[in-house]
Amino acid sequence: MSDTQPILEVENLCTTFTRGGVALPAVRDVSFNVGKGEVLGLVGESGSGKSVTLRSILGLSRRYGDVTGSVKWMGQDIAQMPERKLRHIRGRDIAMIFQEPMTSLNPLLTVGLQLTETLKAHTDMGRAARRDRAIEMLDHVGIPAAASRLNEYPHQFSGGMRQRVMIAIALAASPKLLLADEPTTALDVTIQAQILDLILSLADELEMGVILVTHDLGVVAQTCKRAAVMYAGRVVEQGDVRQVLRAPRHPYTVGLMRSVPQDVPPRSQLYTVPGTPPSLEALPQGCAFAPRCQGRTEGCLVARPPLEAIAQGRSVACFNPVIDAQGAAA
Amino acid sequence: MTQPVMDIKDIELEFQGSRTLIDFVKQRPGRVVRALNGVSLQLNKGETLGVVGESGCGKSTLARCIVRLYEPKRGSIHFDGKDIFAAGAKADRSYNRRVQMMFQDPYSSLNPRMTTGQILSEALSVHKMRPEGEIASRVAELLDLVRLPQDAAGKLPHEFSGGQRQRIAIARALAVEPEVLIADELVSALDVSVQAQVVNLLLELQDRLNLTILFVAHDLRLVRHVSNRVAVIYLGRIVEVGDSETLFSNPSHPYSQALLSAAPSLDPDDKGSAIRLQGELPSPLNVPPGCPFHVRCRHATDFCKIEVPELRALPGRGEVACHHAEEVSENA
Repeated sequence: MSDTQPILEVENLCTTFTRGGVALPAVRDVSFNVGKGEVLGLVGESGSGKSVTLRSILGLSRRYGDVTGSVKWMGQDIAQMPERKLRHIRGRDIAMIFQEPMTSLNPLLTVGLQLTETLKAHTDMGRAARRDRAIEMLDHVGIPAAASRLNEYPHQFSGGMRQRVMIAIALAASPKLLLADEPTTALDVTIQAQILDLILSLADELEMGVILVTHDLGVVAQTCKRAAVMYAGRVVEQGDVRQVLRAPRHPYTVGLMRSVPQDVPPRSQLYTVPGTPPSLEALPQGCAFAPRCQGRTEGCLVARPPLEAIAQGRSVACFNPVIDAQGAAA
Repeated sequence: MTQPVMDIKDIELEFQGSRTLIDFVKQRPGRVVRALNGVSLQLNKGETLGVVGESGCGKSTLARCIVRLYEPKRGSIHFDGKDIFAAGAKADRSYNRRVQMMFQDPYSSLNPRMTTGQILSEALSVHKMRPEGEIASRVAELLDLVRLPQDAAGKLPHEFSGGQRQRIAIARALAVEPEVLIADELVSALDVSVQAQVVNLLLELQDRLNLTILFVAHDLRLVRHVSNRVAVIYLGRIVEVGDSETLFSNPSHPYSQALLSAAPSLDPDDKGSAIRLQGELPSPLNVPPGCPFHVRCRHATDFCKIEVPELRALPGRGEVACHHAEEVSENA
């Protein structure tokens, strides 16, 4: 919980796609805030709506689906803002890095051109100033011999280097909020550590807020201040990262934490969450996790538990929150 | 002392790149990717040997060599005392039955036009595991073994989730009653909660059927959990091999140390030791001379740039390929 005014306030965000006449609610009633310089982790398994949430914040899902709810950027609602106005915020105030460093750069344009493009759109720098800034950014993200690499094409960079280029592009216009969609999933652990260190130090230096989407609980533990756990399109638990990981209250978070093989006897049976996540076409009527939950009651199958605050800055969407769960990092 | 069932000796494998126009002009041969540079490993009966390393280090190539999908340029692989690449050995299909591989991607490793029943019975009839009449009951048995519902036999792969598909892949491998399983990133494509289900199944089946498993993965926590012994591989060379617990708690090679410390801990206050590797994996097109790790190593000396370190046993540790292993492991 940040004491100052949050820079981003997301309230009751819902994104629904339609396929063949069937509604697919990908994001349902998601609410959270991000403060200045705060790193928020959005955790969940594939299909839980993490990425769609990020895209909906920037208005990237509205062409494909129905987005409702409010997204307030510095007090201004950007969820319903016309595309033309939104374009001034996108890339300048809020930047995004995507998961695939291999496919999110244009292979036909030089890295330098892709970097200066952002500056051209959002700043009034001259050509030479833009070039200098581009070199400075590449240098900043740890690309050696930055000046000579401006004229190279993405295929001449390795995966880790491309992700650095993506970060440089995202940060070129000094955004106040960075949306990072699994920025390290495609990379090796040693490179992942370098990239996460880089994002953290830049967030610190530029007082930039970050929303980090990931499925890796270790990444969340190491980088985020707060964490929100998503399941089937909803936030099921939210709070300070230490509290969420050490004393998870939602049975799904407990299951996630315990299924990671850490601090268990080698080769012992791991804790598992029975079953698989529900398909969006056939979400259960009550709590989406109820069919897999061991502590479910009759009520869970009928009504949907709302996300309620249980302590300062801590909320859980469960009728019977787990009291004394042994988090894996306890 | 356990008997090694598989003895891999100094295997080397190169992939020949095609000659580009520039190569023609400069009259030089095409570039060569050196995927494996002398890998030696023993696989003991009933154990799980984990293989870890960054992408492009040769983990999967090694796995594929073992199942004879690639033939190494030099070196040998002996299974049960017999050279699997010897003349005429390829005609012996029984090896293919005894050593089975499971692949990483559950979405592309099953034929989308065959039902689960057909996939499993094909394996059974090719290797003549059962007479025709008993195949159906064996398929039912296999589905039961990997805990899939019986009606799964009539379904196509697209009707299953990723975790269920990997179960089908396990059932397919087990159909021919193999002795050795090669699991190439078996659970990497799965979500955490499903991963645990598949890992539990694999461990349970290993105990029940006395299987030997080569577990290739990049998730260090998972490898630590399932393996008895672990081999760390870097640029087509084994840099450290040893008992899983010793290696994970006390890595001796500077690369193992860096690799292990890069894995993010689940404890927010455990920021890990600050060993951060500089730079990236050199391209296997251009393997550095001497110790392949010296360009990223904090302990590298001039000697490391010239001489390739051999794997040697370190007291109280496993085998390490580092000239300075003693000092490095003391400082760790």
